[in-house]
This record gives sequence, structure tokens and C-alpha cells, in this order.
Amino acid sequence: MSQHGNGAVAVPVGAGGAGAGPAGRARGAGTQRGRRGPGGRRGTGIKGRQGMWGWLFVSPMVIVLGLFLLLPIGMALWVSMLHWDGQSNPFSGAADFVGVHNYTDLLTREGQDRKLFMTSVRNNLYYVLLVVPLQTALSLGLAIAVNSRRIKGKGLFRTVFYFPSVTSSIAISTVFLFLFQGSGAVNALLKWVGITGPKWFTDAHGLVWSLLGMLGIVDPDRPVPALAAHGFLGLSWWDWLSGPSIAMCTIIVLAVWTTSGTYMLIFLAALQDVPAELEEAALLDGASRWQSFRNVTLPALRPVLFLVVTLGLIGSWQVFDAVYVMSQGAPANTTLTPAFLSYTAGFQDADYGRAAAIAFILLAIILAMTVVQRVLLRDRDAAGTGTRGRFPRRRTS
Amino acid sequence: MSSRTTTTARRRPTGGTGDRTVRTVVYLLLAGVGLMYLLPFVIQVVTSLKTDPDAAAHPLSLLPDPFSLNSYRRLFGLGGTGDAVPFTRWLANSALVTLFITAGRVFFDSLAGYALARLDFRGRALLFNGLLAVMSVPGVVLLIPKFLVLNQLGIFDSYAGMVIPLLVDGAGVFIMRQFFVSVPREVEEAARIDGASIFRTFWSVVLPMARPALITLTILSFQGSWNEFTHFLVATQSPQYETLTTGLAHLVSGSLSAGTQYPLKLTAALLATVPVAVLFFAFQRHFVRSANSGAVKQ
Repeated sequence: MSQHGNGAVAVPVGAGGAGAGPAGRARGAGTQRGRRGPGGRRGTGIKGRQGMWGWLFVSPMVIVLGLFLLLPIGMALWVSMLHWDGQSNPFSGAADFVGVHNYTDLLTREGQDRKLFMTSVRNNLYYVLLVVPLQTALSLGLAIAVNSRRIKGKGLFRTVFYFPSVTSSIAISTVFLFLFQGSGAVNALLKWVGITGPKWFTDAHGLVWSLLGMLGIVDPDRPVPALAAHGFLGLSWWDWLSGPSIAMCTIIVLAVWTTSGTYMLIFLAALQDVPAELEEAALLDGASRWQSFRNVTLPALRPVLFLVVTLGLIGSWQVFDAVYVMSQGAPANTTLTPAFLSYTAGFQDADYGRAAAIAFILLAIILAMTVVQRVLLRDRDAAGTGTRGRFPRRRTS
Repeated sequence: MSSRTTTTARRRPTGGTGDRTVRTVVYLLLAGVGLMYLLPFVIQVVTSLKTDPDAAAHPLSLLPDPFSLNSYRRLFGLGGTGDAVPFTRWLANSALVTLFITAGRVFFDSLAGYALARLDFRGRALLFNGLLAVMSVPGVVLLIPKFLVLNQLGIFDSYAGMVIPLLVDGAGVFIMRQFFVSVPREVEEAARIDGASIFRTFWSVVLPMARPALITLTILSFQGSWNEFTHFLVATQSPQYETLTTGLAHLVSGSLSAGTQYPLKLTAALLATVPVAVLFFAFQRHFVRSANSGAVKQ
């Protein structure tokens, strides 16, 4: 945990980096240590040189990230307030300025746009609700199993679990498409156990109604009138409460399967940082293995748990690749996600204003989720026993 | 370990046998889950050697009947039955952009990382915080915006548009910075006192010391650009710029998708996986390190 020296070097006043001064002989270069503290008597020559070289060194980064990360954000903000088909120059006034119209179409105004968008949000919400807990639990379980000191062949297991994470998402999606066909390998396996598997990718039934249908409580094909008649934000309650569709479940399985390896490694690194003496001491004091895990290991893992859940949330609000390859939003828009909708709004419907607006709302959702999750965990942490486990600064990549 | 087992056993008489059952259960669980992780790949390899009807009728059988290299022939343009797939073009494109992006990232990320770690210039702290902020913007959100910018710059649907935006990545800069911060200063200072310029010091003194970090960065960049999909999807349009990822995605889901042809698709997916897999098995340790560098705690 290196403290990143944010401003480790107090920039001395008047260290005008402008114009590299005469490159004085670099004698006594030792004085330009970037030490903290007020010892800022540095030779301006060297200082100036460093200033120039410093900016030279970072210029490729500044140019590329500025052009392709910062500029797009600004430009999209502008475009999201236009009605623009991508043909003309968006800055010339040829496109209609519509203000917040694109946003209201998606969020408040009754209509097809909002219905589609809310459907995509619902799908993604269920996806997140299933993927994040499942991948976190699975990766933590795998990490603990692989980490236990009495297991041989740890390296092999680690490799097997991590391998799916390094392959291309497109290649993996192709394989899953084959496995989950109606007459594919998964259903052949299920047949062995005596279960008739669903036609995965063409089954638009919600998981919740399907399960309740098995119990004979509701008929998945006949919406309950009370739920179907009323709604919220353009979707009926029947649709909101449906759970992920069977087709979406395949994408959920894929996501859990491909990401758990990465998160397992993150947990493993953290587990190896837990001092073995602590656990041993707990065991010697007569604690059961479970108690020692619960009271020693788990609190030490808290920051990492926070990190994994955050990364999981951010990642799972961005499902795109698997949807593109496996379903393109079908069946009946039940695998449509905001990211994919944003893509089709731009590239297929040539409605770049709406596409950019969807992208911004998605950004807002992700930021809001992260903040909420931070607040929740912080409260639990304050209420909990551990005063340790200061949260690490978040990093996403 | 044995001493520990005996101590706990002395305290809790059930410890010994309990340990053994726990271990067996853990092994069984790991083996079961491991099988589930491997099986898709095994099926993929086997199916790539099957004929279409065989793959459709016996998706689970691990013996191709009849054994067929038809998919491989078709992909490499060596005859075979069925339409040709421009697979070699995809492969060449992927190799080309991966080469340029990896080289660019290793060089530019190191430069920027070194400056942020070691050089004293105005606006450094601001730049670093800006980098962290920009890195936290979710990639998918930028799909459409990135296309808009590429279009404005006139490099949409070109190699330039595929490569330039990926030449620098924030995570790589971050990894290099973390590494350079940990390098002792004395070495550089010795070089400076001998009169070496700042770039000279960086190039001949610091970089050679950064080998482990450079290997990690190279692997990360290779894997990232080889597997990149969304950027190439929005940066290109013409078939001539299709890479393994975009080409495969179109083959599987879009315009080229004729019939099922699963052996062909799975073979293409398999071949697209091979380079990364080889790299993975050769440099496993670095992969593990790079996976964790995504979770740098500061």
C-alpha cells in the first residue's frame, strides 16, 4: 500500500519552467531530490529542465487521452442536446438544438423510446443483481479453497480458474452460444439428469414468473391483470418484477464464469497478506476454524471485498460484447442493455443525440451505484467492530 | 504444518479426522468447479474437428466422427467445402494493430509514468489526479462519443483510427508510475552527476532496471489490444479493417452468419484464443501480477 505522494513535491513559487534556462552543470544534483518538506532550494536550471522534460514526457499521454477520452465526453454532452443524424457537422448549426429533449424522451415522456430504455435498464438491473453477488461469492470461495495451505496443486487450479479471464470475450461468447443451443451440450447434460432444458436463447420468459409458474402460482404466459394494468416509468409492474429472462441467464452464467478468475486473484493477493500468525493465534486460543475465518480473515479482507464489489458493479453495468454476439437484444428485447441500446441508437437508427443521452444516463447510473455502495459499506464499517480496513482509493480500469 | 495440526488436535479431539474430511471435500469441490471451467474449452477443441451434422447431432461427444479438418482448411483458404472466410485478413489486421498498440503503450506509458513519478514539473499533481478521474470513466459510455471524435478528425474507418486512440492507456501509466516510485534514486543521481541528460538517464539507466514492470506492461497491452472489440467496432466499418474480434463477431451474429456452421465458428474462436493462451502459459506469473495491478490500492 504505497501512499501515492500526491503533490509529494511542493512546487516552489516562481519555479518558472518557461524556457529552459541555461543548462547549468548538474553539479550537486543531489539537491533536487523530490523530498517532502520545505527544503526547496533547487537550482532553477535543473528545475527548468525538469519542467520541460516532464511536459515532453507526458505529452503523448496528454494528447491521446485528451483527444480520445476527455474530448469525447465534452462532445457527447453537446451532441446529446441535438437532434442529429451524424451526417452534417454538429457544430455548424445544421443540426437542431433540442436541449434536454433527448433526456426527457428517455426518462419522463410517455413513448416507445422510454419503454425501450426502461426495458434495457430493467434487464441490466437484474443482471447486476445476480452477477455481482454470484461472482463475488464464487471468486472468494475459490480464493479461500486455493489458498488453504493443505491443498496440493494450487498452481494448477489457479491456472484453470483464471484462464477464461484472459481469453477474448467474443471467442468465449461464441463457445457459449454453441453450448446453450436448444439441442446443445448444456441441454444434453441436463437430459442425463432427467431435466428438459429450456430453449435458452429464444426464451423470453422472466425467471421469476417461470419459477412461480413451476410452482403453479402464476402462468408465465398470462400476466396477472392487476400487475399488467399498472406500471411505473412506462413499464408495467408485471415487466418490472419479471426477473431476468431465461436468455439473459445464459449471459449471466457467462459473465460469472469469465470474471470470477480475475477477482479470485485479487482475493488471493489479499489473503496472502493476512498474517498467518494471526489465524494461528486464533486457532491456538481455541477458536474454531470458522470463528477464526469470521473474526480474523474476513475483517482483513473487507477493503478488498469493497474493491471487488465496486469493480463488479462498474463492469456489470456495461454489458456489451456478450449481448452483441449472443443475442443482439433478442428475444423480445429481454437481453437489451443500455450500452447496447446506445450503440444501436447511434449506428443503426442514426440518432446520435439519443445515443449520447443514453450513454450519459448510463454514466450517471454507474456513478450513483458506486456512491450508494460506498455509503452503505461505510455505515456497516462504522457500525462493525473493525476500525481497521480503511477503504482504499478506488481504481477502475 | 504438522506441528500445528497436532496442537489443534490436542485441543480439539476431532481435529484429525475433521481435517481429512475437510480436505477431501475441498478437493472434490475444486475438481468439480475446475471441470466446469475446462469443459467448454475441451468441447470447443473437439467440435473444431467435427463436421457440421456431427456437431449438431452430438454436441457433447468428445470423439469427432468423422474426424475433419474442414474448418481449418476453410479458414486458411486451403479449400474445404463452404464459402471462404477472410480469416487470414483478420489475423493480419489483429497482428498489425496489436504490434503498434503494444509498442506505443510500452514506450509512452513508461515515459509518462516516469515523469509522474520522478520529474518535477508544474501541474504534475493536477495531471495525476486528472489521469485518475479520466480512468474512472466507464469505457462503454464512450462508444458513441469516441466515434463522433474519430469522425470529426477524419480518421474513422482507418488503421490510424484503430491504433492512435489506444496508444496510451491510463492503467499502464499507473503501473509504470508505481514501479518508478519504488526505484531508489541514487542510481539516477549518479548518472546525472556524470552529466547524462534526463532522457539519457531514463533510457539507459532507468528503463533497463524496469524489466519486470515492462514485461507486465507488454503482456497487458498485448492481451488488451488482441482482445479489443468495442473500440474496433466503432472505429471501423469496412470489411478490410476487420480484426479477429470484430470479424468473428460478425461471422457469429451478423452478416456472414450463414446457417449454423458451428465447427467453423468455434475453430475461428479457438485460433483467436491461441496467441493469448500461449502467452498466458509462458508468463503466468506476470499475468497474475497484472491482474492484481488492476486493483492497486493506494
